[in-house]
Amino acid sequence: MGTITFPVEASHIMMFARAVGDTNPVYHDAQAAKKTEVGGIIAPPTFGQAVAQFDPDYHLRPKPGQKWFGSGKTASGVDKAPSAGGLHAEQHFEYHRPLRPGDVLSVEIKPGKTWEKESKRAGKLMFRERIAEYRDQTGALVLTARSVGVTTERPVDQG
Amino acid sequence: MALSASHLKVGDSHSETVVENLPRTQIVQYAGASGDYNPIHTDEIYTTQSAGYPSVFAHGMLTMGLTGKMLTNYVGDGRLTKFGVRFTNQVWPGDTLVSTATVTAIGDGLVSLDVVTTNQDGKEVVRGSAEARIDP
Repeated sequence: MGTITFPVEASHIMMFARAVGDTNPVYHDAQAAKKTEVGGIIAPPTFGQAVAQFDPDYHLRPKPGQKWFGSGKTASGVDKAPSAGGLHAEQHFEYHRPLRPGDVLSVEIKPGKTWEKESKRAGKLMFRERIAEYRDQTGALVLTARSVGVTTERPVDQG
Repeated sequence: MALSASHLKVGDSHSETVVENLPRTQIVQYAGASGDYNPIHTDEIYTTQSAGYPSVFAHGMLTMGLTGKMLTNYVGDGRLTKFGVRFTNQVWPGDTLVSTATVTAIGDGLVSLDVVTTNQDGKEVVRGSAEARIDP
């Protein structure tokens, strides 16, 4: 899966915090953040996931010249829409230090375990794990993320 | 801001309403910030007519981010050492979510927390745990 370079920027942190409705000044106000225990702007705890922005091949972002499976003239832009698609089953973070603007992280993503399970609400479930290690400019591990994705046989029953 | 071991006991809890009447636009905002543009979160036509869901729904990571806001408000800035969840039910536009952290253990300068977020029907949407550094 390779290594992704993830530059951590203050405006990106601000937009991410806004999206989760977090008005804590430590995510957007450098002056106020200076007076806190952490001494400056830091990223909120799930920000590491935004590494997707820096993955050139990320499959959930439309790319120029390539068909996109969301709607256009028709409900799906591809002939055969992907099955029920992938859903996020679990996410786990281990924090070694906060992410800060100016960090340039190297993120190595490795496949983990895979397993299957039968479910009443969505048929056969295929789980796959991914481990991402975020290292800073000095090579120090700053964040470890483990995600579990699931592909369902059919859309999840809402009953 | 940070929690102090001398003022904490197992069973203590902290709750916050982390979103009220979740707008589709906030889901769009999260897609833009996170870079996850999966149309099942923002494209009603694709989601209802092609993917087979009743409406678009929130990214699991948006719900985790909302839950994380409650956690950092409780434990303080930069204090989390671990945070992990399972996504147990989908979150839909219009949902109102309440997140709760409950102390399960205290020791070695750390607090362990049980974390849960529920919707307006009392249905659990996220369950997990967290750990944070605390003062003596």
